[in-house]
Amino acid sequence: MTVILGQLFTGVSIGAVLLLIALGLSLTFGQMNVINMAHGEFIMAGAYTAYVLQQVLTDAGMSLLVALPVAFVVAGLLGVLLEVLLIRRLYLRPLDTLLVTWGVSLILQQLARDVFGAPNVQTRAPDLLTGSTTLLRTADGDVSIANSRLFILALAVLAVLALTAVLKWTPLGRRIRAVVQNRDLAAVSGIANGRVDRLTFFIGSGLAGVAGVALTLLGPIGPTMGTNIIIDAFLVVVVGGIGQIKGSVIVAFVLGMLQSTVEYLTTLSVAKVIVFVAIVAFLQWRPQGMFTLRTRSLA
Amino acid sequence: MSARTRALAGFAAGAVLLFALAPTVLTDFRLSLLAKYLCFAIVAIGVGLAWGRGGLLTLGQGVFFGLGGYAMAMHLKLADAGPGQMPDFMQLYGQLDELPAWWRPFENPVFALAATMLLPMLVAFGLGSLVFRRRVRGAYFAILSQALAAAMVILLIGQQGTTGGTNGLTDIKGFFGYALDDPVNQRTVYFIIAGVLLALLWLARQLMQSRYGELLVAVRDGEERVRFLGYNPANVKLVAYVVAAGMAGLAGALFVPAVGIISPALIGIVPSIELVIGVAVGGRATLLGPVLGAVAVAWAKTALSERFPGTWTYAQGLMFVLVVAFLPGGLASLWGLVRRRAATPAPTTEPAPLAPEPRKVAA
Repeated sequence: MTVILGQLFTGVSIGAVLLLIALGLSLTFGQMNVINMAHGEFIMAGAYTAYVLQQVLTDAGMSLLVALPVAFVVAGLLGVLLEVLLIRRLYLRPLDTLLVTWGVSLILQQLARDVFGAPNVQTRAPDLLTGSTTLLRTADGDVSIANSRLFILALAVLAVLALTAVLKWTPLGRRIRAVVQNRDLAAVSGIANGRVDRLTFFIGSGLAGVAGVALTLLGPIGPTMGTNIIIDAFLVVVVGGIGQIKGSVIVAFVLGMLQSTVEYLTTLSVAKVIVFVAIVAFLQWRPQGMFTLRTRSLA
Repeated sequence: MSARTRALAGFAAGAVLLFALAPTVLTDFRLSLLAKYLCFAIVAIGVGLAWGRGGLLTLGQGVFFGLGGYAMAMHLKLADAGPGQMPDFMQLYGQLDELPAWWRPFENPVFALAATMLLPMLVAFGLGSLVFRRRVRGAYFAILSQALAAAMVILLIGQQGTTGGTNGLTDIKGFFGYALDDPVNQRTVYFIIAGVLLALLWLARQLMQSRYGELLVAVRDGEERVRFLGYNPANVKLVAYVVAAGMAGLAGALFVPAVGIISPALIGIVPSIELVIGVAVGGRATLLGPVLGAVAVAWAKTALSERFPGTWTYAQGLMFVLVVAFLPGGLASLWGLVRRRAATPAPTTEPAPLAPEPRKVAA
């Protein structure tokens, strides 16, 4: 029983990390149909922001709190820059966007290597987040979860709520949804599509920065940290269905659970393969992902 | 001159270049490097077919390259070890008492050779028939193919005892009874690779010129229209994907005797995308563009990264951005641009993007 519960919590915390990373993607890939391979490098930028701030402020707790908004802005501005310089020219060629942004991600990685050095760096977690919390005491052992993982879970939930609120209730959210649902109709209704695109990209990329700060609590910061995570995050969005945040939320946790359960029963490497097979099988059943916007296109 | 004679003349020139000029001009070391580049060029032919002609952006060709490479390397390791013996790395890790069952068939050279092509084609058929039939396409397909590459690398590294893990299968000494450290045999390997490259180029040309080739381009440019004409686009795509996988597998198999190693670092996400960049630079929809692009990019990588490792990464990234964003036809399209500019004094329109993809409505 303890084992099952323990696995459950591991799965939830893997899912929370996945969700935090995939949330920004579900906005840029899902809502705008732009495949941004440099998203992983925006995560890296967020992580390095946290590192630099800790060097400057020295206090671990303070710098973490400051890093969250600063990383959001840093990664968001990088995203806007990318959108203005390149992606805007490629809206009709999604596959080419993928390749171009991969080139950008190479450049950003090398830039990080030149500025911060190739070896990984590390931040100190604030004292509050270093321990673990016992969630449940049972006869045959305790079920506990690391505080840093709880913090990430809370952050992920907060980010989802904030994003949902923005999309649902603010004028900006209304405009974003309008552009997603019908670009041309939005344009003739007086919405400046270009500006909405840039703002969407700012928010999506900024969320990557926040995810980067969260990842500093779990592991080292390195120039290639983004590439390793980004594929999983893309899979979350693909399986969740584009244009839907709730799909990403559900799928992130389901994949997290699946990963941790299979990993517990077999090994990490086998788990990755089984998760991949499960995803292909799932797409047989719902090729457009879990949730889709209903359209009249033939796709 | 008809198109056919021109093509024949082109192939003859290529054969002279590869079989007569290169071996006399280049040193043994440079020739073995060229052999390696030509292996990438073989993969590039397949990518050109699947991506350039078929619009299937496959970011996981490394998987097929690796399957072919590992199949060949497994046989060569077993042959090196001698009958009934285990390869050196298995003895080194000492986790196993005897050869794993799935290694056993690779003792047979015929099986191993067949597996270098059939195994990748089988995997491509499996994934392709599932994915294309359900109309998973475009970016979704690209991401799935990339995830396949990631999963394969993690699996190979995880099963260190039987696959050699991160190191891969290294230190291969013999090639069907010939010692690979002998320069004469290295030269023979080069000639085999060059011959296979020309043969596959011819095959790709025949495919592109055939009715099937027309259909493939039609599926790329207007899948729904092809469907309404009574064809099944899934099958059309599947053929291109499987052929490309077979080519990549063969290239991987030839890579092993040419370089003497196959490892996860050669087949993961990054090398898989690097294969695509050569194709993009050369000109994805042309026959020769991918080949020349792949060789040029691989050569530039060696030349630049020897001297300035950091600079190469910047150059590679920039090349990717500039070529794909501003010259989607690759360098091959420059020739056409120049000619048109010379013919008409004031060009008014940009050339249309190569593979215009119909915008999805609200999806």
